[in-house]
Amino acid sequence: MSAPVSNAASDTSARAATLSLLARAPGVRLATLLPDLPPFDWLRRPEVGAVMLRGRMGAGGGAPFNLGEMTVTRCALRLADGTVGHAAVQGRDKGHATRVAVIDALMQGEDAVRIETAVLAPLRAEEAARRRLRAEKAAATKVEFFTLVRGED
Amino acid sequence: MYVATKGGERAIDAAHAWLAEERRGDPSVPELSVAQIAQQLTLAVNRVMAEGSLYDPDLAALAIKQARGDLIEAVFLIRAYRTTLPRFGASLPVETEAMQITRRISATFKDVPGGQVLGPTFDYTHRLLDFALAAEGAPPPAARVPADAAPAPHVLGLLDRDGLMEPLTAGPETPPDLTREPLELPAARATRLQALARADEGFVLGLAYSTQRGYGRTHAFVGELRIGLCAVEMEIPELGFVLEIGEVELTECETVNQFTGSKTEPPQFTRGYGLVFGQSERKAISMSLVDRALRWEELGEDATGAPAQDAEFVLSHCDNIQATGFLEHIKLPHYVDFQSELELIRRLRRDTEGEPQ
Repeated sequence: MSAPVSNAASDTSARAATLSLLARAPGVRLATLLPDLPPFDWLRRPEVGAVMLRGRMGAGGGAPFNLGEMTVTRCALRLADGTVGHAAVQGRDKGHATRVAVIDALMQGEDAVRIETAVLAPLRAEEAARRRLRAEKAAATKVEFFTLVRGED
Repeated sequence: MYVATKGGERAIDAAHAWLAEERRGDPSVPELSVAQIAQQLTLAVNRVMAEGSLYDPDLAALAIKQARGDLIEAVFLIRAYRTTLPRFGASLPVETEAMQITRRISATFKDVPGGQVLGPTFDYTHRLLDFALAAEGAPPPAARVPADAAPAPHVLGLLDRDGLMEPLTAGPETPPDLTREPLELPAARATRLQALARADEGFVLGLAYSTQRGYGRTHAFVGELRIGLCAVEMEIPELGFVLEIGEVELTECETVNQFTGSKTEPPQFTRGYGLVFGQSERKAISMSLVDRALRWEELGEDATGAPAQDAEFVLSHCDNIQATGFLEHIKLPHYVDFQSELELIRRLRRDTEGEPQ
């Protein structure tokens, strides 16, 4: 049985899932799916920086250590109707970050259904296909051991 | 000490123009694109990202092009670039358990849940030059079979469940950061691992090999080696929740090492750990061997004086940018220094010649 989830919590997890999907998607693909952007004002212009990636010393529960950095672009903007969108995406593609923030804002309003169909659903399907392809190639290299019987007589 | 000298500007400009021409090579041969380097020299790109300590394949590829394939020069360019970036924060520790696996092998157990997955490896190739690659042509497509969704839990976790592994210990959630604070000795294991993750592959390989040959031997088995994509999660303060900001390819190696026992602990296997950007398994295995060798003190082992046990020696010399910076500075003008040496030796000789026999 699952506990009832408050609307606020489920909204947050849906928003996080959308932002994560958009961050993982190729920036050029996003530009194809959403070529035209609605008018908006910058709250924070796209800025390229670094995030320190952490690992654990021992898989599954070791204490954290600093592994190395990764480039990240972030921005924040406000649509004409006042809705605010945020983005933090891997890499240095400012157009990618901009589109993620626009979609984050659009998903909070009446355009949510349109964006879900036109952008998010295709990205989800393409990501699933990419992951399946990797998994299937990996599966083909899985070793199937068999035991040789040695003649002892 | 060296002093500023003037008068070389024209020569320097000409040298750099020639460098640019040499970088391009024969203009009748098509120019390499950054995308070609990123796609076709992936392991060089991975090495530059690991030792440059900045995950960005396109930047690493650009650095390789600019450096004419000199990977340490490329690492230098990446290190210089990263100092210009504002730091947005730190990620949550990556969960390698949830890795989308490209390769995953264990040398300790044949039958492990999730299986032995070879992935795109050089292992079992004959190491014969393939002259077919000298001609252009598309390779046959990789084989595919339906994948089962069986999880691939960490192999050391299986030993851990039986109580045969040394338990993992907790530590501070905010580990020390070598890029912010200078190295202090004795260094915490978190600091050592950060240094090793960005250390020169050749140096770490040599040290790891020395432990195998008996200089600080630890009897390592590769409990598990895995390569694949991991999500990078980060809490975004403006939003107040955690999201995935991207995915990185990582190589992780966990070694199972000779057991120890003490008055308080039963005999158990010990651990060495390696985690590196990209597909870099030689580096990851080396890192885990050196990590384990450096743990001699906390595990109550004897100091044998082996280089791989000497944290000061390892950490002070493993960074190829520090090393190359200091090494290469001696080719810069030292005219005044050398003049004083020359004066000194002439005086000494005069004094000796002046002495009665």
